[in-house]
Amino acid sequence: MVNDLVVDLSRAQFAATALYHFLFVPLTLGLTVLLAVMETIYVTTGREIYKRMAQFWTRLLLINFALGVATGLTMEFQFGTNWSFYSSFVGDTFGAPLAIEGLMAFFLESTFIGLMVFGWDRMSKAQHLIVTYAVALGSNFSALWILVANSFMQHPQGAEFNPITMRMELHDFGALFFNPDAQSKFVHTVLAGYVTAAIFVCGVSAWYMLKGRHLDLARRSFRVAAVFGMLGGAGVITLGDALGYVGAKVQPTKLAAMEALWTAEKAPMAFNAIAFPNQAEQKNYFTVQIPAMLSILVTHSLDGVVPAIDQLQVQAQERIRNGIPAVQAMEKLSANPRDEAALAQFKAHGKDVGYGFLVLRYAPQGDLTKITDADIARAARDTIPDVSIVFWSFRFMVAFGLLMLAYLVLATLMTLSNQVERQRWFQWSAVLMISVPFLACEFGWLVAEVGRQPWTVNEMLPTWLSASTHSVAYMVFSLSGFILLYTAFAIVEVYLMLLFIRKGPEEHGAAVPVPAVGPAGHALAAR
Amino acid sequence: METYMILLIVWWGLLGVLLTGIGAMVGMDMGVGTLLPYVGRTDSERRVALNVIGPHWDGNQVWFILGGGAIFAAWPLVYATAFSGFYIVMLLLLWSMILRPLGFEYRSKLPSAGWRRVWDTALFLSGLLPMVVFGAAIGNVLQGVPFHFDWRLTSFYTGSFLWLFNPFAVLCGLMSVALAVYMGGTCLASGADDPIGSRARRAAIAGGLAALAIFTIAGFWVSTIEGFKLVAGPLPGVPQTPLHQQVTRVPGGLLANYAAHPALWLLPALVYAGLLLGALAHAIRQPILAWWLGALAWIGVIGTVGAAMFPFIMPSSSNPGHSLTLWNSGSSRVTLTWMVGFVLIFMPIIVWYTSWAFWVMRGKIGVKHVETSDHAY
Repeated sequence: MVNDLVVDLSRAQFAATALYHFLFVPLTLGLTVLLAVMETIYVTTGREIYKRMAQFWTRLLLINFALGVATGLTMEFQFGTNWSFYSSFVGDTFGAPLAIEGLMAFFLESTFIGLMVFGWDRMSKAQHLIVTYAVALGSNFSALWILVANSFMQHPQGAEFNPITMRMELHDFGALFFNPDAQSKFVHTVLAGYVTAAIFVCGVSAWYMLKGRHLDLARRSFRVAAVFGMLGGAGVITLGDALGYVGAKVQPTKLAAMEALWTAEKAPMAFNAIAFPNQAEQKNYFTVQIPAMLSILVTHSLDGVVPAIDQLQVQAQERIRNGIPAVQAMEKLSANPRDEAALAQFKAHGKDVGYGFLVLRYAPQGDLTKITDADIARAARDTIPDVSIVFWSFRFMVAFGLLMLAYLVLATLMTLSNQVERQRWFQWSAVLMISVPFLACEFGWLVAEVGRQPWTVNEMLPTWLSASTHSVAYMVFSLSGFILLYTAFAIVEVYLMLLFIRKGPEEHGAAVPVPAVGPAGHALAAR
Repeated sequence: METYMILLIVWWGLLGVLLTGIGAMVGMDMGVGTLLPYVGRTDSERRVALNVIGPHWDGNQVWFILGGGAIFAAWPLVYATAFSGFYIVMLLLLWSMILRPLGFEYRSKLPSAGWRRVWDTALFLSGLLPMVVFGAAIGNVLQGVPFHFDWRLTSFYTGSFLWLFNPFAVLCGLMSVALAVYMGGTCLASGADDPIGSRARRAAIAGGLAALAIFTIAGFWVSTIEGFKLVAGPLPGVPQTPLHQQVTRVPGGLLANYAAHPALWLLPALVYAGLLLGALAHAIRQPILAWWLGALAWIGVIGTVGAAMFPFIMPSSSNPGHSLTLWNSGSSRVTLTWMVGFVLIFMPIIVWYTSWAFWVMRGKIGVKHVETSDHAY
């Protein structure tokens, strides 16, 4: 019915392009705000150095921004091209925040970034400052709406499945927008972006200090960024904790996977600091535990209990059994939307229709009457995401997060006491730290999205059913194309970034004519 | 029920507005890309062309992104069926489009001639290809696309990749390129000093007249194409899927709505008026007027297609009963209502600040400007 390889290739393509896109987004998110901060200082104090700072960091922002825009286009296309069933199934609800993102965020960000770059000599200082704020606001709004959309996948709230039109239809926009997952994730992600930008600016500034170049600009940039980043970093961790708190309620399987919690335990539950999970045998080979810590972390109390994977699988089996008649009713309604008996059957079992879809994969020729207990057990096992990936991604993200917070606190203390320029070891550390926020962001994405498996929409729509009905050849073609293009882009981007960092703020970027190329030497003109 | 029907019609109109916006705004930048080798004979001249749209291309491109997002939100089944059905073509469109942001941003960053030649080629292709695909997609939708659904509404495309480039579709693709050349040429005629501006003006006139000629040919061709007719199905305004209707094919059916409502001929007339007067406006050196006349022509083109197809949005040639219409592929009442609200609030704001951005960056630029500015591409 559905080719598993096509589903896997579609997933690989989505993961690769999303992880790639997410390399550029956090930096843009934070850097636009940081630029607004720098320009505010320029406008309020009138000191030219802050204008030069704003212009220099803008140049680096743009190199990054171009790839953010380009790879973002891919993401929007991909829902329709590779996940067409997903798109028609949830477009009614999921499409809305995407369209609003275009209306409210992309237009703002994209229209004003043009003015921000080209409009320095055509506007008053105050006007230009407003333009810069508009860009920052636009990029942050964009994060808000995309995370509202993403949170619908994690916790589908505000929509109801309509068995007549066979899709999830919006019935409460407020519930969609004020999804608790969306609210905490928005602040968590945006602040992670601020931290990314702060550490990037600190690192590049520290490199100038190491080289003894552009010291004034480097010192001031470092100070603004370190304070900005420290404030953001404290928030990321608080909100990350809130996310865990919310997640425990709405995605218990993700949480159990994050903690490699295979079997039920009594409160207070111990926290697996280290574990080597074995998915097939559903146990951990080796663990290092901290007593009572899990109850404290997740439920903020000593007597709180977190459901374990074995308990969740038993629940899943029940829901699969309940979901089978729901899907059967849907099939009857598809043939005759006025079938009252089928409608009543759907009403009775509809809340588990997603679990019915989950087991449909094992139904011979899509016939659910032939489902056996073994198929149900298999489908219930499918509800557990890859525990090793989720467990370790989560730990890496948290470890990097704590490392960054410690570093930013230290950086703030050192810059305020004018120590940064004297300590070469610290300058080197600052340069090395540049990679850490990017890694943390990627691991964060993995926790959120691998932890959501096997669903595209949690407990409503399984991933295997969401993919388009393409041939393997098509999928290989597209995946190869992306790998080629994106690899080339990455090389060009990193090269230009390093080049323009090395050039520094003094030299002007683009305004270099090429005297050698005349009409005759130009391939296109000669065509 | 009544309100739902009205909402669907409103969103059908908004789909037209979005497609027109893509044609006029994105098409303008694509036209500049297509014209790059012709109007820019030297590196500095090409930079002038790029810098004319430099402050605006990113904002303009959002029309395209919003187009995708709005179709996703308001016509999810159309979005799912079209984007997956046209798979390889969509990828070519995407891959050429993602070269553009990089082309603008990276091209002039290095003083190497070879490097710039690569990006010039990229910018040329990323102007030409998407417009071919945009037009060809409309050409294919006019003729019907081979797809069907299973009982769950999973869509299956049964045509080949090459079929998407059938002669009529290619003609429509050329039409859209010609219009892009018109809009892009017009934009450069108003924003670039001579000789770039005057080359662009000549290109715009040629593009406009070519578009008119193709439009005329396509108009005659359409009468030989089998159209679609909704024979039976659930009533408009009732929530429904495309699984319960009867559709037949009718020779010349794309002109049926015009025969029933002769006032609709005003739509194709707009195309003639817009492009002929546009050429005239260029002749008297009024490029801004010519731009608005070009936008009028785009309204005419999209309107002509929409009027010919109503109530179909994406008919199926292999299984006409599964055709997507206005009545069976729209989102729910709640979604469409919220989305209308957001459009009503934000569209005027967008138009306001976009106009302000163009006003701030008004005036012509020339070779001297790009060679001395600190901020030019």
